[in-house]
Amino acid sequence: MILESKAPKGDIQTAWDRHKFDVKMVNPANKRKYTVIVVGTGLAGASAAASLGELGYNVLNFAFQDSARRAHSIAAQGGINAAKNYQGDGDSIYRLFYDTVKGGDFRAREENVYRLAQVSVNIIDQAVAQGVPFAREYGGLLANRSFGGALVSRTFYAQGQTGQQLLIGAYQALMRQVNDGKVKLFTRTEMLDLVIQDGHARGIITRNLVSGKVERWVADAVVLATGGYSNVFFLSTNAMGCNVTSTWRAARRGALFANPCYTQIHPTCIPVSGGYQSKLTLMSESLRNDGRVWAPKNPADGWDSSKGKVGKDPRQIPEAERDYFLERRYPTFGNLVPRDVASRAAKKACDDGQGIAYEGRGVYLDFGDAIQRLGKDAVGERYGNLFEMYERITGDSPYETPMRIYPAPHYTMGGLWVDYNLQSNVPGLFVIGEANFSDHGANRLGASALMQGLSDGYFVLPYTIGHYLAQVGPRGKSTEWDSFKQVEGEVTERTDKLMSIKGKRSVDSFHRELGLLMWEHCGMARNAKGLSLLLQEIPRIRAEFWENVSVPGTPGELNQVLERAGRVADFLEFAEMMALDALEREESCGGHFREEHQSAEGEAERDDEKFQYVAAWEFKGVGVRPELHKEALDFRYVKPSKRSYK
Amino acid sequence: MNLTLHVWRQKGPNDPGRFETYPATGISEHMSFLEMLDTVNEKLEAEGKEPIVFEHDCREGICGCCGFMIDGKAHGGQHKTTVCQLHMRSFKDGDELTLEPWRAQAFPVIKDLMVDRSAFDRIIQSGGYVSVRSGSPQDANAILIGKEVADRAFDAAACIGCGACVASCPNAAAMLFTGAKITHLGVLPQGAPERFRRVQAMTTQMDMEGFGYCTNHGECSAYCPKGISLDVIARMNQDLLLAQVVTRDEVRREGGE
Ligand code: FES
Repeated sequence: MILESKAPKGDIQTAWDRHKFDVKMVNPANKRKYTVIVVGTGLAGASAAASLGELGYNVLNFAFQDSARRAHSIAAQGGINAAKNYQGDGDSIYRLFYDTVKGGDFRAREENVYRLAQVSVNIIDQAVAQGVPFAREYGGLLANRSFGGALVSRTFYAQGQTGQQLLIGAYQALMRQVNDGKVKLFTRTEMLDLVIQDGHARGIITRNLVSGKVERWVADAVVLATGGYSNVFFLSTNAMGCNVTSTWRAARRGALFANPCYTQIHPTCIPVSGGYQSKLTLMSESLRNDGRVWAPKNPADGWDSSKGKVGKDPRQIPEAERDYFLERRYPTFGNLVPRDVASRAAKKACDDGQGIAYEGRGVYLDFGDAIQRLGKDAVGERYGNLFEMYERITGDSPYETPMRIYPAPHYTMGGLWVDYNLQSNVPGLFVIGEANFSDHGANRLGASALMQGLSDGYFVLPYTIGHYLAQVGPRGKSTEWDSFKQVEGEVTERTDKLMSIKGKRSVDSFHRELGLLMWEHCGMARNAKGLSLLLQEIPRIRAEFWENVSVPGTPGELNQVLERAGRVADFLEFAEMMALDALEREESCGGHFREEHQSAEGEAERDDEKFQYVAAWEFKGVGVRPELHKEALDFRYVKPSKRSYK
Repeated sequence: MNLTLHVWRQKGPNDPGRFETYPATGISEHMSFLEMLDTVNEKLEAEGKEPIVFEHDCREGICGCCGFMIDGKAHGGQHKTTVCQLHMRSFKDGDELTLEPWRAQAFPVIKDLMVDRSAFDRIIQSGGYVSVRSGSPQDANAILIGKEVADRAFDAAACIGCGACVASCPNAAAMLFTGAKITHLGVLPQGAPERFRRVQAMTTQMDMEGFGYCTNHGECSAYCPKGISLDVIARMNQDLLLAQVVTRDEVRREGGE
């Protein structure tokens, strides 16, 4: 299979404008003849559904939560990047493009990234027009901050709730279309499979989560906006419901899954406190602007598992016995090194026995100096909300004692392969937001996830989907096609199978077992031995799952265990592809760190000669090795260089 | 620690429902309240029994999914805390707790502790937005908005739509929820053109959904996990009055009355 990016040739700066002119357009009077399915109501899904509705298409929009406003985009704290250069500090579209390509460790498609940087400015205009209450200066202008080590202040924010405010903006735009009858919204409805007719994506099968009813939906195109797969690790900062089901089901039907091993680990999350832990909570990266990261030099002062607490209260540890390991190893960037670097350094300290939280997995983030330098009030002004949140969860006040932090899975750069039009290799199947692989390469910069979700949904997909629809023209639609009957039959059969096992183990126990193994061997650092072990263990856990899982109740009613069982079953298949991708990519790049490929000082070593490509995997059957297809990456503008933060 | 839970179990909207008692044993003070329920559920599941249904997703206090009454208090009653952020260190060994769903005519029970809050979506749908199209609106800095106004809009926009306000109100009113959106959009210049139309449409929808009237108890704000202030209700009432004047003027201008 040849993977064609379909990115416009020639000058990158005019590429998107030329492309918009070149694509076919649907006659406005004909738009109502087309129906588009959008799965997901996060930033990408809600913005796409609303925009398509405004254009005149009939939209069917699905969410598994009780309301479109609950999607996990809501939890993003930090902000959204845009190349507005409102601060006059030398930002530009080109600089945002450059930073994103470099930050992604030269594993993203340049043309996509350039377009993202270009439309970033429209997003802010759009959001402000919708009434998104971004932070402002006293003079009434929008405020900005610098984020994640960027050299310019290009991040727009709404306190620590930027994701919430942007999502509510998109949700309101969506509800306006629902009111106008252009979008039909189905909440508490989960997509369980994709239907392909004559080689084109033409519909989905869903389960109504209240009644248990399995239903068929036909359309002219299907858009997946179903987010990432961080929950393959069981513990992550993702919401409990986040899952890989929609994208994995599409992969099983022929869509290629690209770069599944690219996962982002966020360095500053609240550490695990016990085996019952259900999820992890992120503390905004902005904390590293003033907090200093350290671990005790003396392991005896760290975690003592026999006592279940640390050897010494951090406040009693004198300066000389503290290891400020980020400042020590990276004198230039210090505590502000990028996420992947900070995360690995914390892991190393813990591997070396210096850890300070449950099972030795945690380091300190200390505001003592900042409080002395700026005063308690000034620190409270900046981080008060976050400190409160930390105290609510841990019972400790960061004003009094250092915070405890540890890295946690947070975002996945991998996803379904898409071309420049955001269309997968299956015609008519479009994938947007975190669910696709396209813009972040091997590592995503802070405050860029919101930007990509909204860029795809408001400004890219509405144009590119028209190109496809205009080409295929209005077609007949029927849920009575054999393809629908067959896929629905398979969905029902699988559900019946899950219900019939009546085993002894809970769904979560399998999810936890898989997650811990993935975290251990396919998390912050990976090596061939661990990954090979994973490839043996995953099929074993999967086999036991299908023999011994317990799903009480019936399928014809609200059944939360059945919902989770289906998702975990998909994670158990997907994880194998992810581990294989990690094993085959014998280099270290961005979030993918292979221990075999590091310098003497422990820094990541990329191998551009062998691995400057997108790895797109084709599903060949459960337990069967998927087939690898490569899209070569060409860097015409930003020449690959080594990332160094020394 | 060990606790005893009296939990409302209801199979569906037509089932009368009843309390059942479960022990929660070996609970750590570091657990969140929902993690405590997870352990109870895992035990039930492994025994092949149906676990207690409750709604949750982000478990960070931001998505607004979670929420039920603990001993008659929405989200357990801890100041500005959703139940997913409530931790077991607030309880002690031997405690007996009663868990019930939000009780309101407009929020029918779906199962156990889960209720149907789609009435909130329909209130937003009736007018809780600014009518702009995706495209290229003017530059974001073209309209200046003073920090005080922006902050006021933000404070109102912090609502997560969990429904605790309705559940806490003796009249099951949705004034805090609706007022929050009306304030958020109404104070901003972008929301001004539709300000009066919006307040009329949203309050009409609110009444149609079967929410009660406000009699100034203030419980809604007291139990709001985001601390939305009662001011938003005053603002809504004021806008509603103004809207009557304004629309009458408009009708007259167009030759009516
Ligand atoms: S689960 Fe999201 S607010 Fe509680």
